[in-house]
Amino acid sequence: MKAIVTIMLKNGVLDPQGKAIGHALNNLGFAQVGEVRMGKIIELELAETDAGKARADTEEMARKLLANTVIESFKVEIAG
Amino acid sequence: MQAAILLFPGINRERDMILAVRQSFGREPAIVWHKETELPAGTDLVILPGGFSFGDYLRCGAMAAQSPIMRAVKSHAERGGYVLGVCNGFQIITEAGLLPGALLRNAGLRFLSMDTMLKVERNDTVFTSKWEKGAEFRAPMAHGDGNYTADDAILDRLEGDGLVAFRYSDANRNGSARSIAGIYSPNLRVLGLMPHPENLIDPLMGGTDGKPLFDSLAAA
Repeated sequence: MKAIVTIMLKNGVLDPQGKAIGHALNNLGFAQVGEVRMGKIIELELAETDAGKARADTEEMARKLLANTVIESFKVEIAG
Repeated sequence: MQAAILLFPGINRERDMILAVRQSFGREPAIVWHKETELPAGTDLVILPGGFSFGDYLRCGAMAAQSPIMRAVKSHAERGGYVLGVCNGFQIITEAGLLPGALLRNAGLRFLSMDTMLKVERNDTVFTSKWEKGAEFRAPMAHGDGNYTADDAILDRLEGDGLVAFRYSDANRNGSARSIAGIYSPNLRVLGLMPHPENLIDPLMGGTDGKPLFDSLAAA
């Protein structure tokens, strides 16, 4: 079973990388681009068959290590 | 004052820290590998030096904060022991929850390798007694992620409780909230800061601006 963790900086936390990407896109002529936020995706292969258990375990991993909840929020998806 | 300097893979400032401790304390620090589970008996001060522990993978300091030795460091801090985290060491102790907030990518995105000026916010702590209150001193900095951030409630509390240790006084180059360069724990026994006082402790290095930090600890 695969778990996919998406980690983003919380709203209100400055994202200088997103800002730089936005500027670069504007410079390339994509004038429609406004705010850009950048995050990361972590895929985990789990030896687990129960989707509920997989989700709970992955959320614990995200809280303990994968995300710093002072500055980041995370979302867990379980893919069969 | 017996110091223990922690060593994680990727740390590269431990020798500078050893020199600073040797010079001011007059005794050798213990060097403690991150896989140890206990600090040497009699440790008064734990120092987490700068560098790039675990390659800064995931987030700066995130992996090191989970190392076996950190459990002992937390108990040491809970018992009222002294902890000093510099640069990556500051990032590690915030990741470990010993200090509030987090260090984000520098606001200008560039790695900053240059001197900065720091203002001593208070001189009644074991880390700053050899400075005058409000003194300014020069400190080298070398970091890509030194942009201190915390929510407004935490920042207000840090300021209200006098827990801001140092502020950038010439320019806030990394974008830190309220120009904060270093903070204390509520009992004033844990200090984390981004710049490197240990890199200015001998005239051969171009100055001794950082020496009062270690002389203060030696006198504690």
